[in-house]
Amino acid sequence: MSEVLDTNNPETLTPPPEVVKEELLAKYPTKVARKRAKQIVINEVGPDCTVPEIMANVRTIPGIITQRGCTYAGCKGVVLGPTRDIVNITHGPIGCGFYSWLTRRNQTRPAGPDDFNFMTYCFSTDMQEEQIIFGGEKKLRQAIQEAYDLFKPKAIAVFATCPVGLIGDDIHAVCREMKEKLGINIFAFSCEGYKGVSQSAGHHIANNGIFTHVVGLDDSVNGGRFRINLLGEYNIGGDAFEIERLFEECGLNLVATFSGNSTIDQFANSHTADLNLIMCHRSINYVAEMMETKFGIPWIKVNFIGAEATAKSLRKIAAYFDDPELSARVEEVIAREMPAVEAVRAEVHERCAGKKAMLFVGGSRAHHYQELFREMGMETIAAGYEFAHRDDYEGRRVLPNIKVDADSRNIEELHVEPDPQRFTPRITPEDLARLAMGDLTFKDYEGMMPTMANGSLVVDDISQYETEKLIELYRPDIICAGIKEKYVIQKSGVPMKQLHSYDYSGPYAGFQGAINFYQEIDRMVNSKVWKFLKAPWQEHPELTAHYVWE
Amino acid sequence: MLLRHTTAEIIERTALTVNPAKTCQPIGAMYAALGIHRCLPHSHGSQGCCAYHRSTLTRHYKEPVMAGTSSFTEGASVFGGQANLVQAIHNMFTIYEPDVIAVHTTCLSETIGDDIPQIIAKARDEGKIPPGKYVIHANTPSYVGSHVTGFANMVKAMVDYFATTEGRKEHRLNLIPGYVEPADMEELKRIVGELGIATIMFPDTSNVLNTPQTGRYAMYPPGGVKVADLQRLGTSVGTVALGRLASGSAARALDTKCKVPCEILDLPIGLKATDRFIDTLRQIAGVSVPDSLNLDRGRLLDVITDMHQYFFGRKVALAGDPDQLISLTEFLVDIDMWPIYIVTGTPGKKFESRIRELTKEVPYPVKVQAGGDMFLLHQWIKQEPVDLLIGNTYMKYISRDEDIPMVRFGFPILDRLGHVYFPTVGYRGGLRLLEQILDALLDRQDRDAPEESFELVM
Ligand code: SF4
Ligand code: SF4
Repeated sequence: MSEVLDTNNPETLTPPPEVVKEELLAKYPTKVARKRAKQIVINEVGPDCTVPEIMANVRTIPGIITQRGCTYAGCKGVVLGPTRDIVNITHGPIGCGFYSWLTRRNQTRPAGPDDFNFMTYCFSTDMQEEQIIFGGEKKLRQAIQEAYDLFKPKAIAVFATCPVGLIGDDIHAVCREMKEKLGINIFAFSCEGYKGVSQSAGHHIANNGIFTHVVGLDDSVNGGRFRINLLGEYNIGGDAFEIERLFEECGLNLVATFSGNSTIDQFANSHTADLNLIMCHRSINYVAEMMETKFGIPWIKVNFIGAEATAKSLRKIAAYFDDPELSARVEEVIAREMPAVEAVRAEVHERCAGKKAMLFVGGSRAHHYQELFREMGMETIAAGYEFAHRDDYEGRRVLPNIKVDADSRNIEELHVEPDPQRFTPRITPEDLARLAMGDLTFKDYEGMMPTMANGSLVVDDISQYETEKLIELYRPDIICAGIKEKYVIQKSGVPMKQLHSYDYSGPYAGFQGAINFYQEIDRMVNSKVWKFLKAPWQEHPELTAHYVWE
Repeated sequence: MLLRHTTAEIIERTALTVNPAKTCQPIGAMYAALGIHRCLPHSHGSQGCCAYHRSTLTRHYKEPVMAGTSSFTEGASVFGGQANLVQAIHNMFTIYEPDVIAVHTTCLSETIGDDIPQIIAKARDEGKIPPGKYVIHANTPSYVGSHVTGFANMVKAMVDYFATTEGRKEHRLNLIPGYVEPADMEELKRIVGELGIATIMFPDTSNVLNTPQTGRYAMYPPGGVKVADLQRLGTSVGTVALGRLASGSAARALDTKCKVPCEILDLPIGLKATDRFIDTLRQIAGVSVPDSLNLDRGRLLDVITDMHQYFFGRKVALAGDPDQLISLTEFLVDIDMWPIYIVTGTPGKKFESRIRELTKEVPYPVKVQAGGDMFLLHQWIKQEPVDLLIGNTYMKYISRDEDIPMVRFGFPILDRLGHVYFPTVGYRGGLRLLEQILDALLDRQDRDAPEESFELVM
């Protein structure tokens, strides 16, 4: 469509962002408009990377068609779902468990045919009216017993859905009791869907639970010189496999991934690593922070989406360990991988450069994937998260200024102290300071907005209505969002890429992933099918004659 | 192995459901509501349920599925969701401009005990419902029944809210299609059209969830039963309802409310159930069956006779919803296949006795379970295998592990497309089912045949 801005052709003219914002708000009732105005921001990167304030992590207005899901989805679906050897029992009526059964595409690879893998299963207490009236603890206790009898797992986790909190089941007490009785690790998450304002609350609850009940249970240090954890990578479409491959080739020792392709034993042992790498800051920063406080493991933000970003992240890790051999291997891997990436990139660049993308998804991908589009020469004209907080937009520098509202206060902040025996600083303050002078910043995430162009539009928790309007006003060449948005966008004649499920393809992480993504986007934005929308008689409706050959 | 922890040894379970063969009420209610023209379904609860229901329906239909939510947070859960729903109604009518908002509840709002009619009345008093617009509701607690119950409750709500006795009786039938696909609804309309019978079919998701690509998105597609037609339901001379569980309560409500007598039939899946459907219509309306339908019937029968050798004696395991399973079981028995394991997650003892009745002549022990799950079905298969599996997409995990061919049928189908466009009801639908069954069985035979007996003609 609009490769260049042609001022003579109104079709390709992008309206100024102020006008777009006004249009988005025009139809809303006053109260709605007032609130949404603070969640729709025109980006402007000032000196020192300051950006305007955006309102985020606030309630969705009732009746607004939102992308968001619930706390249970964030806890059970996102963070705990990808671990293969925990029997995850949903305590509640059947639906919540049913819908989160295998639908997120977290891939996993058990070591052998006899290893546990429960990811293909859905376990639920299928609560009935009787339990709603008289309580569900008895049924939960029995369900745990049955799961144990059937599968003899290492661990069982219980997830509360909305009614559980209301009827007052003490799921934690039931789990403690059954843990005692059965002698395996059993723990619960109070992740009722109504807590918090989105999946985000569920991430936090999952982080707390996994930190309290699992991290630190196994102190054995299992070798390796460069011991790292990868946090916030869920192995959708095999992303973690690709990253694991790179780590191995670089000689890095992955202790645990939270939580793609993971096992509970890896979590238990994860506090023995020497560096935490954060992919999705939103969903997992709590664990990183708590591990740092309790065990002394520093964390850095990485990004393996985009070839350049991948190379940069690998170099950061090498810089941290400050080992010439490691650095050499990292450079070797980058040098080996890049030519293939560059070849494909150059090829698709020709066809894709100048095209416009919009990304509205999740809590990190709407940022990370801008890298890939940039590499292809495509421009991100609007973006936003589904459930992120201000720090994911504006950078962690705003953390001290974020007001904690009632919804966030409901989610417990664990109080963590340095472990008297096991706290060991991994790096001297001098080294820390020295590294920070270079490219390596610890405990920091710059956020989405400082990396976006001035005048681009940033929209938090975008609504269905705003999505439709933006399509109309911007006519982008591609939009990235989730399954609920997929066909609305495509029915509008715009190709749509799902960035939760990757439309059942991928991986898109690392170098091989970048190649996959370039080719996929090239296929989508340059497909001829979009030219078939009109039948010949719709394009040329005029009649010439009857039976012209007569 | 995908389901590596499933073993043949059955331990009795009273509390743990593993790999369910049902889901929750609201998704059925949401689907039914989409079958009203210009209707926006609304989920009264926290937003997770709505997100899950929309996602699952979208994956099943590969179509936009729109619905609002009351977005409960902790406060609403403690103090009730009245403020949320009133605000939601106002916002939706202002922004999305539907003609009807169809509210269904969730476990959360049911547990709280929100009184929806009272909240709707309040919204009306406050002027939040524009003139000529409607808000209807169904209670859909998921701790009772299943998604089929939710569908039935929303269809009944259409009667409760819209049907009146005003106006003269007209020569017309009401047709309640059951919890079937848009393509099925289209086929049902075609059949009554062939018979020349005027009908109002409700709900009607055809051309709502199988819309064309035009490059223009319409939030309210052309399909769906019109409100004006729902208001005339009481003036029809009778109602034909398909599927006892999904359509029975609406049909009976219409009888009670507007004295419209009803016939509740099995879903017209397969030869005999379709025969009964058409025969009933013919007798009620006093029309004769046109040649076009005889032609369809004859073709279906032709395939059964031509290919009987491949059906005969093949053992089948089925999972799905009661209305569908009853008709499908009958059809399979009629073509001399032996359905021996039949599971639905939806509770109901009547289902089991009906299946027993239909499978009387099957020369194997038949296992049937209402309120069962796919784990149990898989265990039965481990004990004694079958030749064919019929069920939703989750069945493919069993299919691959046990190396048994499968036919996709039911809800949800997340990995194939045919169900959106090709019906399984009526004679033509029967033909499609047979084609699918034959493809599965014959592909398997081709795959496994020794080279010397690899058949060219089959
Ligand atoms: S809470 Fe109830 S309505 Fe919501 S998804 Fe779960 S089972 Fe369904
Ligand atoms: S009931 Fe609650 S936990 Fe379950 S899907 Fe709905 S919002 Fe989420």
